[in-house]
Amino acid sequence: MQIVMNGDPIEIVAGSSIESLLKQLDISRERVAVELNADIVPKAGYEKQLLSDGDKIEIVHFVGGG
Amino acid sequence: MTQATDKLIIGGREFSSRLMVGTGKYASFEQTARALEMSGAEIITVAVRRVNLDRSKESLLDYIDLKKYTLLPNTAGCYTADDAVRTCRLAREAGMSDFVKLEVLGDEKTLFPDNEELLKAAKILVAEGFTVLPYCSDDVIVCKKLEDLGCAAVMPLGAPIGSGLGIRNPYNIRIILENVSVPVIVDAGVGSASDAAIAMELGCAGVLMNTAIACAQDPIAMAEAMKLAVIAGRLSFKAGRIPRKLYANASSPLDGLIG
Repeated sequence: MQIVMNGDPIEIVAGSSIESLLKQLDISRERVAVELNADIVPKAGYEKQLLSDGDKIEIVHFVGGG
Repeated sequence: MTQATDKLIIGGREFSSRLMVGTGKYASFEQTARALEMSGAEIITVAVRRVNLDRSKESLLDYIDLKKYTLLPNTAGCYTADDAVRTCRLAREAGMSDFVKLEVLGDEKTLFPDNEELLKAAKILVAEGFTVLPYCSDDVIVCKKLEDLGCAAVMPLGAPIGSGLGIRNPYNIRIILENVSVPVIVDAGVGSASDAAIAMELGCAGVLMNTAIACAQDPIAMAEAMKLAVIAGRLSFKAGRIPRKLYANASSPLDGLIG
């Protein structure tokens, strides 16, 4: 199935949770924040929260800034 | 008064260093880490950005000891209250801290704050329990409004972000200092160590800078210079300077001259 991640369409395994998406993308859950269809998903909900076709997800982290 | 007992308190947390530094524009993460170390800063700003899937494995936080520093995520690049609030919520989730440097910009050329949107965002964020440190104009009315909304500090600009023009209107900073009770931190505009010292001698609680260190020819040396300037400026302010006089006043005794 297809979701839009950080503005780009990507193919992911059907039935993926946020937890498994992060694993597929090799992103450490500790240092990111995730927004699903414009709502923040608390870290405790990553395993429970399943993704659906067409979902829009934002995954952000900290970078250098002033 | 000694430096050791002169703590900066923001949002109920105590800090020994009054220099806050940004982590952008450095040549490498190693250089960032060394400059931070040399600056003695305890509060460091970071930006919130999308994870890049083509990224290398390394990220800024691999180089930063999070036990040593308080991260102050910013809302750089936000031009509306909505975007800034959204960024702060993400930052809190990513960093597990309520501290945010709130900036809502009005214009790409000047990067001056949009005070209307800034106040709107500050109100929402304070209500949501954030410790809000707003980057704002050097305008006492705006600063008072931010204080009244419950911001933990106000951070008026000394000059445009990255300009290195120094404290362009020290009188405005003085007026702000006389009229707000929360810590006043000069954010943006510092170019050299003397600029930082001037901000502290005016009585500011701290100084926040990024470009002046990161883009100096030797960022590590400049980080140390800034650390010392902030300490010297603070001590100078607390010590109380002599009044300015137009004419001379001899330092050596007038009695006992030969002849």
